Amino acid sequence: MARHRDFRNRTFSDDYDDDDVYGHSVEEDSCMSPSDAAQWIYDRSRNQQIQFLQNHNNIQEETEEDLADTSFSSQERRESIDLRSLNLDEEDEAKLMSCLDELRNVIGEAVADNILIQTVIKHNFDFSKSLDDILNRKTKEPEVPKPELVKPVVLIDPVKAPVITTVENTPKVVATNLEPKTVGVVKGFKVGQDGSSSSQPQTPRDQSPCTERLSKTEQVDEIKSTPKVKENKVDANALYVNERGSDKDHLYIVVIGHVDAGKSTLMGRLLCEMGEVSQKTLHKYEQESKKIGKQSFMYAWVLDETGEERVRGITMDVGRAQFETKTKRVIILDAPGHADFIPNMITGAGQADVALLVVDATRGEFESGFDLGGQTREHALLVRSLGVSQLAVAVNKLDTSNWSQERFNEITKKLKTFLKQAGFKDSDVTYVPCSGLTGENLVKSPTEAELLKWYNGPCLLDVIDKFNVPERPVSKPLRLSINDVYKGTGSGFCVAGRIENGVINKGDKVLVCPTKEMAEVRNISINEMPSNVAFAGDQVSVTLTGVDMQNVSVGYVLSDPIQQVPVTTRFEARIVVFNVKVPITKGFPVLIHHQSLVESANIVKLKALLNKSTGELVKKKPRCLGNNCVAVVEVEVCRPICVERYKDVKELGRVMLRVAGTTIAAGLVTDIVNT
Amino acid sequence: MKLVFKSIERDGCGSIGLIPEESEDMWHAYNLVAVGDAVTASTVRKVQTESSTGSSTSNRVRTTLTITVETIDFDTQACVLRLKGRNIVENQYVKMGAYHTLDLELNRKFTLQKPLWDSVALERVEMACDPAANADVAAVVMQEGLAHVCLITPSMTLVRSKIDITIPRKRKGFVQQHEKGLNKFYDAVMQAILRHVDFNIVKCVIVASPGFVKDQFFEYMMQQAVKTDNKLLIDNKSRFLLVKASSGFKHSLKEVLQEPAVMAKISDTKAASEVKLLENFYTMLQLEPAKAFYGKKHIERANEALAIEILMISDKLFRCQDIQQRKEYVALVDSVRENGGEVKIFSSMHVSGEQLDQLTGIAAVLRFPMPELEDSDAEGDSDSD
Repeated sequence: MARHRDFRNRTFSDDYDDDDVYGHSVEEDSCMSPSDAAQWIYDRSRNQQIQFLQNHNNIQEETEEDLADTSFSSQERRESIDLRSLNLDEEDEAKLMSCLDELRNVIGEAVADNILIQTVIKHNFDFSKSLDDILNRKTKEPEVPKPELVKPVVLIDPVKAPVITTVENTPKVVATNLEPKTVGVVKGFKVGQDGSSSSQPQTPRDQSPCTERLSKTEQVDEIKSTPKVKENKVDANALYVNERGSDKDHLYIVVIGHVDAGKSTLMGRLLCEMGEVSQKTLHKYEQESKKIGKQSFMYAWVLDETGEERVRGITMDVGRAQFETKTKRVIILDAPGHADFIPNMITGAGQADVALLVVDATRGEFESGFDLGGQTREHALLVRSLGVSQLAVAVNKLDTSNWSQERFNEITKKLKTFLKQAGFKDSDVTYVPCSGLTGENLVKSPTEAELLKWYNGPCLLDVIDKFNVPERPVSKPLRLSINDVYKGTGSGFCVAGRIENGVINKGDKVLVCPTKEMAEVRNISINEMPSNVAFAGDQVSVTLTGVDMQNVSVGYVLSDPIQQVPVTTRFEARIVVFNVKVPITKGFPVLIHHQSLVESANIVKLKALLNKSTGELVKKKPRCLGNNCVAVVEVEVCRPICVERYKDVKELGRVMLRVAGTTIAAGLVTDIVNT
Repeated sequence: MKLVFKSIERDGCGSIGLIPEESEDMWHAYNLVAVGDAVTASTVRKVQTESSTGSSTSNRVRTTLTITVETIDFDTQACVLRLKGRNIVENQYVKMGAYHTLDLELNRKFTLQKPLWDSVALERVEMACDPAANADVAAVVMQEGLAHVCLITPSMTLVRSKIDITIPRKRKGFVQQHEKGLNKFYDAVMQAILRHVDFNIVKCVIVASPGFVKDQFFEYMMQQAVKTDNKLLIDNKSRFLLVKASSGFKHSLKEVLQEPAVMAKISDTKAASEVKLLENFYTMLQLEPAKAFYGKKHIERANEALAIEILMISDKLFRCQDIQQRKEYVALVDSVRENGGEVKIFSSMHVSGEQLDQLTGIAAVLRFPMPELEDSDAEGDSDSD
């Protein structure tokens, strides 16, 4: 009806109100103070200056480091490499990718991508030859840079480094994080230098056009404060060594398995034996569980805290607890086993370094959990797809079959073949017979005569103690994926999550993505203990100010304000299809699980079908994807999400696709389509 | 919809008079009207008159106008159809060729004149005027922190309300925050049901969720109903149906509609049958890939071989602006019917229709396998993105 408005009788000022948005100042409306505005407004000029300062800082670093590791060629120092720059054709690229995968399976993350790529190309995509080469190189390498590398770490920040008192401590830690770390430090510089496509744009994507509005003094202030923040980031490694050098390593372990396998009970019992639960509480649980006739749940109640969980006798959300072993501080994430709560389980597993698979040894129970549709399989596949490579299998409730060795062997044999298929190496999987309810073989060596007859391996606690702690990418730009938002005590609100990359300090400015709002870190606490700084791998809760609680939700990412996390609605992924009832076609609606985020999405394009073992291109644009195939697809999400390419940040580059309560595929993000 | 009159010439041109009676009829009208058609309806227009002395007065006049349609607008939420075009019939208030936008109104007759009434359009009229009682169903799909309140009518699924609340997780010593958040969420869902579900029309309310969310919610709602003495909820308690769904997202409605308990209640709605058909297609694709195809090119070639047993086509394809394209699709539908095949026109407002839309909008299950189609598709898919 717009055409037929009665223009003559109109008051034109009314019209202007809603039309004239462009010339209208935002500040006039919302009366923001300039300092507030500075938090929200992004401008190019400021960032360039920051960028310059950052570069400037790094130039010096760079020279120092150049001296330190002249033995490395410049190619080698790059951590990730853009495949496109290698000018490979599609087939070669596919071959290369498959070789890389195989290599990764064997050597893990210890060697940088580009080295692998180089070697693979050198050996003309021959897997075994390049593996030999890399392994040989690996044994040689550490000796060369070790003595030299210690220096730069101390040099970078002479003020902070002297705190490292124990001399023998320092080299050890430095030696473990040899290459990727030193490279990571100069990352900001590298990006500008080689101009290869990188996930971190130098200038933020959503630049505000109103640069002039910002007062000059503000700008100067900002710049002054940034180098300080930057400094912290530059010597992240030193800081890490400084803070954590003498501390026990933190290890996050997710407990998985079929429903009623006894996960919570096993963990509850373990905590009790470790003395983490007071006698009084335990007694209370015992009385209360007896009252409702479920005495066997008394230990599970240690972890299942909500009334709902206790009444139903199942875990619904991830429970959390911690204890210390000889060498580690272990944080347990007790995942729910019920099929309906797999989204929660994925959240838990996404935060874990290693996994503990609990299976019920009772006759019939193990089979039902292990058969198709049981959660034993799905959980194991999920944690593997989420990047967990070390696994302990607790064969629980073995007391019900009178500690029979036969039963134990039968179970382990079945599991071994399956876990191998799922991609776990035999050497990374340990099997422990135990009983959660009686507490047999949990923290002390077994006492049961029947078990002693044939078992002389470690108890569960020893197995946990023996897990390797993965390396923490401390020096990369900050990424913290949020898995909980809640009101804390005091001002602001808290978000909890795991730091995937980098360091977070009290007082840091962080960017809440995908909404791209600036927030300030008021407080940090790690496992309920306040702290000034937290590192990659830590489970933290962070008190934020400067954003509204309504505008932050689970699945968001706190990102470094300069090297931002990419935000997109469309990305390309290489997926492995699991057992599916119906084939995947174009337009298939799925739920995508990315860290703690669950979002509905569509598979919009099936790009290519790849050979499962070699990664070669089998068919372009397939009509549909059946069971157990590998393919490249394009996924469109309903709302913008934060994803990273797998090669940039591994944790943020993994996605799970689920339909109707079953996991149909797991994928790695290979490319992000700008929308 | 009520059919007032129907006068169609032998060559297919002619006009039909219709009275829309409920909001769903607007959807049918939306699917009927195409660009270039002439629509006559009563409307309100502001008319300015200038007296001989030069003073002007404007007043609103109700008049009947006939326009040739140029743009068609459908508001899915309010179910309003807006047609814009030029006046083609002389009128005492409106000049010839002047633009006007018609808002089709409920219970007011409109006449639709088409240069060609094809089989699909006629079928649509028939379907719209089918007096069989339609089963309206409300469905709430939910998971912790996310809920969709939808209304399922025979040819539409309307999301009436989406509730997205962050619920704090349980953590040591903070369990009450989790429970408080949960209650807040349940309350929001309950309010949405009260606001959007009309228990006079709706036969049953499906509450679907994974796990125990639905039971907890139902319990909470009934408690609240008793507390606040809400007669509406207490009286209609028996109409609630709790079913399992895998998530709170909209497309899990598909699973809900396949649930036997739900099927029994709403067997006559199009939604459930469409879901089943699409499921059959996927099963066929899994078991015998050479018997299930999608995409226009494949389907056309399968049709040439008289191979199509069931053709699924989205009504979105018939709404396209390009008349030539529409003709092609209509010809395809006619030819499949002629050859004894079955044609199912999916509503793009249902979840299954949405999925079919993504899948090029057209798919078919064949009578016999045609592996040669599969091999020749390298160049075939290039047109679709």
